[in-house]
Amino acid sequence: MNIVVCVKYVPDATADRKFEDDYTVDRVGVDGLLSELDEYAVEQALQFREKREGEDITVTALTVGPEKAVDAVRKALQMGADSGVHVVDDAIAGSDYLGTSLVLAKAIEKVKADSGADLVLCGMASTDASGSVVPAMLAERLGMPQVTLASVIESQGDQVRIKRDNEGSTEVIGATLPIVLSVTDQSGEARYPSFKGIMAAKKKPLETWSLSDLGLDAEQVGLSVAYTQVEDTTARPPRTAGEIVTDEDGSGAGALVDFLASKKFI
Amino acid sequence: MSEVLVVIDHADGEVKKPTFELLTIARRLGEPSAVFFGSPEQGDAVAEKVKKYGAAKVYVVDDAQIKGYLVAPKAEALQQLAEKTSPAAILLPSTFENKEVAGRLAIKLGSGLITDAVDVADDGTTTQSVFAGNYTVQAKVTHGTPIITVKPNSAAPEEAEGAGTVEAFAATVSDAAKTAQIVATQPRQSTGRPELTEAAIVVSGGRGTGGNFEPVEGFADSLGAAVGASRAAVDSGWMPHAFQVGQTGKTVSPQLYVANGISGAIQHRAGMQTSKTIIAVNKDPEAPIFELVDFGVVGDLHTVLPAATEKVKERKG
Repeated sequence: MNIVVCVKYVPDATADRKFEDDYTVDRVGVDGLLSELDEYAVEQALQFREKREGEDITVTALTVGPEKAVDAVRKALQMGADSGVHVVDDAIAGSDYLGTSLVLAKAIEKVKADSGADLVLCGMASTDASGSVVPAMLAERLGMPQVTLASVIESQGDQVRIKRDNEGSTEVIGATLPIVLSVTDQSGEARYPSFKGIMAAKKKPLETWSLSDLGLDAEQVGLSVAYTQVEDTTARPPRTAGEIVTDEDGSGAGALVDFLASKKFI
Repeated sequence: MSEVLVVIDHADGEVKKPTFELLTIARRLGEPSAVFFGSPEQGDAVAEKVKKYGAAKVYVVDDAQIKGYLVAPKAEALQQLAEKTSPAAILLPSTFENKEVAGRLAIKLGSGLITDAVDVADDGTTTQSVFAGNYTVQAKVTHGTPIITVKPNSAAPEEAEGAGTVEAFAATVSDAAKTAQIVATQPRQSTGRPELTEAAIVVSGGRGTGGNFEPVEGFADSLGAAVGASRAAVDSGWMPHAFQVGQTGKTVSPQLYVANGISGAIQHRAGMQTSKTIIAVNKDPEAPIFELVDFGVVGDLHTVLPAATEKVKERKG
């Protein structure tokens, strides 16, 4: 069995994230890393393998992104994934959800042809675009059952059951492999790479594919053919410094309520 | 005038406020047609609600074949409805489920998709708040039928009488769409407080509560507010995940947000930075949350909040 875990290289959320002149996200000038929310997907891929000891299960980490994005795959390999794939091509830059999901789906199909793709694992969202739509779009493109936003995962044979929080309820979802599965940050803390893991990662296979390797050409993806167009981006003006009081002998509560009254909240 | 499809947000036939916001926005783009996935018996009652906000038509899609499976059947039904009506746009309330429906629909229709809009102008230009609220982005769908998911509190609902003509729509759901089965559903108990994403006031607690949410809940109730929690409080098991405000929880944009014992990490800011007025109570004067606030109290929430609760009650009489 082969698990493909999709990982994204994103600008560090704690850094000063910004846009390029063409309104695409600056993915080079800002320090990047494996999206925190995809670490949970890598973790669940590794746990899936560990829980099913004795079975031949491999984990392939897949990313699409600029040259530096390979760091996301390396991190997944250090955590314990067995092999990596980096799809890199200048023509992909600026792809919208449709372009991104197309490239990912084609890459997953290629992995599937080479070594199988019984389980496609994703994080619940990227930390930059926060769309939460790509896992569902992959399921649509690959024709696989969509099992998303899992907090607990159980499997036996080719049956998978997950628990998830929906808007007003908790749900149990069941499906038969192969499936696309996304996991939330409630699924369990992701492990840190061990020293041994970091050393071992250097010897693991890591392939680099271009669009032509996927049977795609430059006219099918990227900024110029995106179905959405960004017309402007504006930095939010910094919030003007508010009034800060220190609570002494109960003065804080009075000041707080006075403020609420002045703003007509009471 | 072209139809604009608006997917109704409801809980067992009870139409939720974001629906009225979406209908208000839809009128800028064309003539709203509301889409109700639910029991046909509830169709007329739902139509009565949505026609007050300008719904000319109400398509009732019987969800008997749909509700037992995740996302895919809804996307198929909407595709069929879009092919029948050639709408000017399709608007959905921005829930996790609807975003996934929208994603699949975008592929089926070959249409551009914009998620989490906080405004849609009459020419279809959307506004989004990105990078934890540090940037706003103006964008437009340039290909196909614009599919836009819109966050709660993006518009003030404005009434406008619509015909509200009920039309049953028979969707054909393929077997391929019925592969992720909802095996069990456990409804969450209602807290009796306003819904987090729709509330005008949200009072949240974090690590600083030490697990005691009573002061936070008491203060929230005095203001008629919803209760929220930071990820630290949820991870500690003090509050259920449904209450989490932040990147991986709910995004709120209320008139007033009160953060108590919350340091203000970027992940939390992502969920509340666009609130109109922000107040923080925190023992640590260096907490980053104070950079965001309109008003802050450096103090212990366990003493400040109960005292403030009493004072609010006194003023309200």
